[in-house]
Amino acid sequence: MRVGIPRGMLFYHYYPLWRTFFSELGAETAVSPATNKEVLGRGVAEAVDETCLPVKIFYGHVAWLLERGIDVVFVPRLVSVEKGAYICPKLLGLPDMIRNHFRLDGKIIDVTVNLNRKPRQLYRAVYETGRLFTKRPDCIYRAFCRGLECLKQYEKLLQRGLWPEEALAVMENRSGSREEKEKEGERLNLALIGHVYNLYDGYASMNLLTKLNRMGVRVFTPETLPWYLIQQRAATLPKPLFWTLGKRMVGAAFHYLADPTIHGVIYYVAAFGCGPDSFTADIVSRQARRLRKPFLLLTVDEHSGEAGLVTRLEAFVDMVRWRLEKDENNLPAHG
Amino acid sequence: MKITFPHMGNMYICVRALLEYLDLDVVVPPPTSKRTLTLGTAVAPEFACLPLKINLGNFIEARELGADTVIMAGGRGPCRFGYYAQIEKGILEDLGMELKMLVIEPPQKSVREFLQEIKDTAGGKSWWTIIRAIRFGWEKIKAVDEIEKEVMRLRAREEKTGVVDAVYREALQAVDRAGSYEELKGAVREAKERLAAVPLRKEEDDILRIGITGEIYTLLEPFANLDIERKLGRMGVEVERSIMLSEWIDEHLFLGLARHNHGHETKRAARPYINHFVGGHGQETLGSVNRYWQQGFDGVIQLMPFTCMPEIVAQSVLPRAREELDMPVLTLIVDEHTGEAGFITRLEAFVDLLRHRKERKREGKLVVPVGRA
Ligand code: SF4
Ligand code: SF4
Repeated sequence: MRVGIPRGMLFYHYYPLWRTFFSELGAETAVSPATNKEVLGRGVAEAVDETCLPVKIFYGHVAWLLERGIDVVFVPRLVSVEKGAYICPKLLGLPDMIRNHFRLDGKIIDVTVNLNRKPRQLYRAVYETGRLFTKRPDCIYRAFCRGLECLKQYEKLLQRGLWPEEALAVMENRSGSREEKEKEGERLNLALIGHVYNLYDGYASMNLLTKLNRMGVRVFTPETLPWYLIQQRAATLPKPLFWTLGKRMVGAAFHYLADPTIHGVIYYVAAFGCGPDSFTADIVSRQARRLRKPFLLLTVDEHSGEAGLVTRLEAFVDMVRWRLEKDENNLPAHG
Repeated sequence: MKITFPHMGNMYICVRALLEYLDLDVVVPPPTSKRTLTLGTAVAPEFACLPLKINLGNFIEARELGADTVIMAGGRGPCRFGYYAQIEKGILEDLGMELKMLVIEPPQKSVREFLQEIKDTAGGKSWWTIIRAIRFGWEKIKAVDEIEKEVMRLRAREEKTGVVDAVYREALQAVDRAGSYEELKGAVREAKERLAAVPLRKEEDDILRIGITGEIYTLLEPFANLDIERKLGRMGVEVERSIMLSEWIDEHLFLGLARHNHGHETKRAARPYINHFVGGHGQETLGSVNRYWQQGFDGVIQLMPFTCMPEIVAQSVLPRAREELDMPVLTLIVDEHTGEAGFITRLEAFVDLLRHRKERKREGKLVVPVGRA
């Protein structure tokens, strides 16, 4: 049985786990390619206009896979991955959206993962998936443990500053390291906060990461921070956020806003239609004003042009540089 | 302490009753209007959903009338409503328009505990009085729902346009004014009698039945839905709404203690399409479409604010239900830019379509499908 894995939504959070799990069970997997014009175009055509860009892109990846003769698509229902929080209504409904739109009844693995109130539920989801390939619970369990190990290894690589594609390449023994243009004395540390499916989707983000690197910026993302630290920072909110991804972004932003070695923060929102981001952006902007840190709220949708993006990035980078120089010349003012 | 709260349809009647029963000082915000929306939109995040923008407008207008405290409901996600109070507080503080926010957060904080807290700050009342106050508010909202259901049925049938609405308006005022159970009962009785006496048209067979479903706030707040029920009523359409205010209050604030079974059945009916809770009422929307189909309605309208997450899930799944059930469904999305003219055009076109279908069905030219269990 060939399992299709769309390279969208939470792919860059969990792929090493999924891949290892399936391959340990002897299943063949096919992954859609990095988002490209075709994938995006298909997604925009298939999904309803009102939905957010990442979901549209996900539709595009599914469409791509279906045309390549896979047997089932893997679209787990990720309701909640921690106590007290959900992912997002759209991710809760994603398997239903995909199943009904592409008429995939029986051709979709849509097991539910809900750790909000019942942490043990995870094993049921794992078992349900594994059973499609083997009858032996011990094999399923072993495959899952192997998957978790790989996931841990992957997360370590991310924390060391590798981008997901690079980390995956390292794990698959393909080489792959980006040349970072480092000019002495010109290096600027900026935090870039966004959803994984926006930041690391080069096509959708118009290669935002590479662009920043080329401008001599060293980029820090939520993925370079350990989860407990993000949790800690997010816990300073008066009411806990009930979106795991939103919490991740707010916690990371709060951390970098308060970190003196980070010179500025870019909050990257693929604006069109993202519900949680409309709120977290408000929370983070307020904090940035309070802490007087250079801050850019970068909103992008499928109609944004590349030129506009570059202009805004350059203006921001120049501003941060200018402020940095001014501060260096006036050291006493800031102690 | 002068307490205010956000508007949502007729909710003010029950909240006022409850708070005044406790001798609290209440400022009901002026009815939601264009001005409310403009004020709210100016200060809200651009991509926030419409109810948040209107809430903010309500608060600003209530503050102009001297309110200093807001009470509202919270929630635990996953839709944005559960974080409204916190976002609103931050925005108002930035504007120098501080308001104290008291948020009901069941189950961490039940309605009773919440009111106790209010009472403590305002000079204690007994436990028993608080429970009686809740009951009184609850009875009022049930009364309002009862009257409203009848109004929705009769609007499509009245001989002279506007008579039903005139009675309705006065009935709401009478319920709002009622200071005791006696008076409340009297108000309901009178409203029913007067509604029963409204002269109706003779012919019945051109009446269409449309079910309205979707996001709760847009369903319940006539300003947000451009008064869709009245508009349809006047086009000769009998409207049924998938959730009434009392049902929402029960589900959201009393955690289902008053036990409406309605919700469960609707969820079951959603299962072929949406098999899991998706926040808000996204799943119920599909369930409602299925149930309206089972009950032989002519069409369904899904109402939602722009960017509403649970309803986007529903909207994405709807095409399949529409096709399998052969049930016409119209999705109407509202935000601060929605224009009256375009809205009416779409409603009229939909109603025309349904009329046409109904005729063809009567002539036996349209085969009705069997649907999915
Ligand atoms: S979190 Fe935002 S971008 Fe992600 S699925 Fe939800 S609405 Fe879309
Ligand atoms: S249900 Fe929709 S409109 Fe209402 S708060 Fe949630 S996202 Fe906003």
